[in-house]
Amino acid sequence: MLRLASGEKVLSYVLILPASLFLAAFFFVPFVQVVVEAFTGEEGFTLAHFRTMADDWKFGPALANTLGLALVVVPVQITLALVMASLVTRLERGRDMVLYVFTIPLGISDLAAGLIWFALLEQNGFLNSILYGLGLISGPQNLLDYRNTAALFAAVVVAEVWRATAIVLVILVAGMGLIPKEYDEAAEVFGAGPLKRFFLITLPLLRPSLQTALILRTILAFEVFAVVAVLAGNNLPVLMGETYSWQFDLQDHKVASAYAIVILAISLAFTVFFLWALRDRTREAAA
Amino acid sequence: MADIDIRQVAKRFGNHQALHAVNLTVADGEFVVLLGASGSGKTTLLRIVAGLEKASHGTVIIGGRRVDDLPPRRRGIAMVFQNYAVFPHMTVFDNIGFGLAMQKVPAAEIERRVRRVAELLHIEELLKRYSGQLSGGQRQRVAVARALAVEPAVLLMDEPLSNLDALLRLEMRAELKGVLQESRTTTIYVTHDQVEAMSLADRIAVMHEGRIVQAAPATEVYHHPATRFVGGFIGNPPMNFLPAEREGEGARVAGHLFRDAPAADAALLFGIRPEDLVPAGKGLAGRVRVVEPLGPHQLVTMDLAGHLFRVVLDNDLAVRPGETLTLAPRPGRVRWFDADSGVSLTQTTQPEPATGA
Repeated sequence: MLRLASGEKVLSYVLILPASLFLAAFFFVPFVQVVVEAFTGEEGFTLAHFRTMADDWKFGPALANTLGLALVVVPVQITLALVMASLVTRLERGRDMVLYVFTIPLGISDLAAGLIWFALLEQNGFLNSILYGLGLISGPQNLLDYRNTAALFAAVVVAEVWRATAIVLVILVAGMGLIPKEYDEAAEVFGAGPLKRFFLITLPLLRPSLQTALILRTILAFEVFAVVAVLAGNNLPVLMGETYSWQFDLQDHKVASAYAIVILAISLAFTVFFLWALRDRTREAAA
Repeated sequence: MADIDIRQVAKRFGNHQALHAVNLTVADGEFVVLLGASGSGKTTLLRIVAGLEKASHGTVIIGGRRVDDLPPRRRGIAMVFQNYAVFPHMTVFDNIGFGLAMQKVPAAEIERRVRRVAELLHIEELLKRYSGQLSGGQRQRVAVARALAVEPAVLLMDEPLSNLDALLRLEMRAELKGVLQESRTTTIYVTHDQVEAMSLADRIAVMHEGRIVQAAPATEVYHHPATRFVGGFIGNPPMNFLPAEREGEGARVAGHLFRDAPAADAALLFGIRPEDLVPAGKGLAGRVRVVEPLGPHQLVTMDLAGHLFRVVLDNDLAVRPGETLTLAPRPGRVRWFDADSGVSLTQTTQPEPATGA
């Protein structure tokens, strides 16, 4: 019995070995390298690269834009996905079809998504053509004017919402499917209308899925890059874009590593926050 | 308090006819049990009364009001679900008070009523706990308390005891009966357990393949089954059935002549409960195959003219396998059925109330 148990234990380690090696080689080693790069100079440990980063005039706007985009995009996506998921789960027929259509943007790379929205919004794009065709404007309007940061910000928000809401939707639809329908029925029998049922029953019971979706989407929101690069270029600096530019344009991988560390720190902080804020409170109440 | 009138209610799921024009009336304060095997349509009927399922045809009237187009929350009902459906993210207190909070009852009044039903069901110490910290039996009490707290006109219960272990089920059954007797709430209770049905019901409605085949008090359902199905479904061991040959005024069953067979054109089927037979000099004779001592009684399985026949006999009677045993029915306990339709041909003590078409 004991031998069998220890044999199984060895087997389980053997089975996770390839995945562990993969993680070590392609995630942990580069991660350590980035940390070393970010914190070392010619005389060993230094914070000089972080100082260089912070002193750059683009650091402030990049940080503000990245946080701002995440704070606008993620709540909009969660709200939209909740509404869409409620509608999808209510469908009796064609549910899978609707879900497939909703998730089409997931199959498109963020760069391609950026290009699609660029084609829509640019000076000679589809939106201008339609508005002109309808006689609403007299000539081409520059919707992506580099002087109008708010418009650029809005364009990125719209493109991001279009591109990545579906992943939240998929998580929430799966989560709603896990809630036994008796809870909803019980609430209905005991007097709760549709809105009350959503806010008092569905939403609280969806907590684990919401937590997953929030963490996943927020981390990805801090890594926003290609869509911004296409729609706004350098006029809307973001952290990931600055990392790229320090690494490849300015060839200073020390400062680029410092940026990467900042992005990691923010992601970690938000993950911990969501884990704490949406924890299961029913377990900790003393009996 | 309200009565329930179910008229010609039918339900179709795709190609499957779950209910065929069911009629049932439940008097104010009456406790009716819908009893049937799984797939008999009993839960579907309950859910139609609740408003959780829409009838394909027919009408449900609760307290004189047609409720077919009303959502569940406007029907004046409360329900206990099979898996309890105690909200896991709310405390026991909030669960029990949920219905009252939805009715915007003042907080002090909610507090008072929650404490009262919690006391009734002996769960006062659990009010601050969450569902995850409760046992199955405790969760069941919370579900019942939540239903009683709103003081509904009609209480609907869907197999509320089926997820409990046997001992707890027995305990809860007795307790439920006590609590519900006191409240005198009109109740429809769904179960597949005939013992549960017999112990709780004022009246049992036996369901089979989407129809109510008999609706009557427990003793009548037991002693005067309306159809062969009811006789075979209710009672453990079930009723014995033997083919009968008409002979003049009477009928011959396994070689024995019964003189008082009903005068009907139909082919006859003879039926008798296993405990309604006594050893006799002449009567139904068969070979004993198995003897099972059951404490107060013994269950004897015999071979009677090629048919399996079960008898419950007193323990003091020495019966051994291989012997021939001759049995006579107790007076007035033989039931005759139409062999083709299965409908009872024996006059019941009182005329049958409305059963399913």
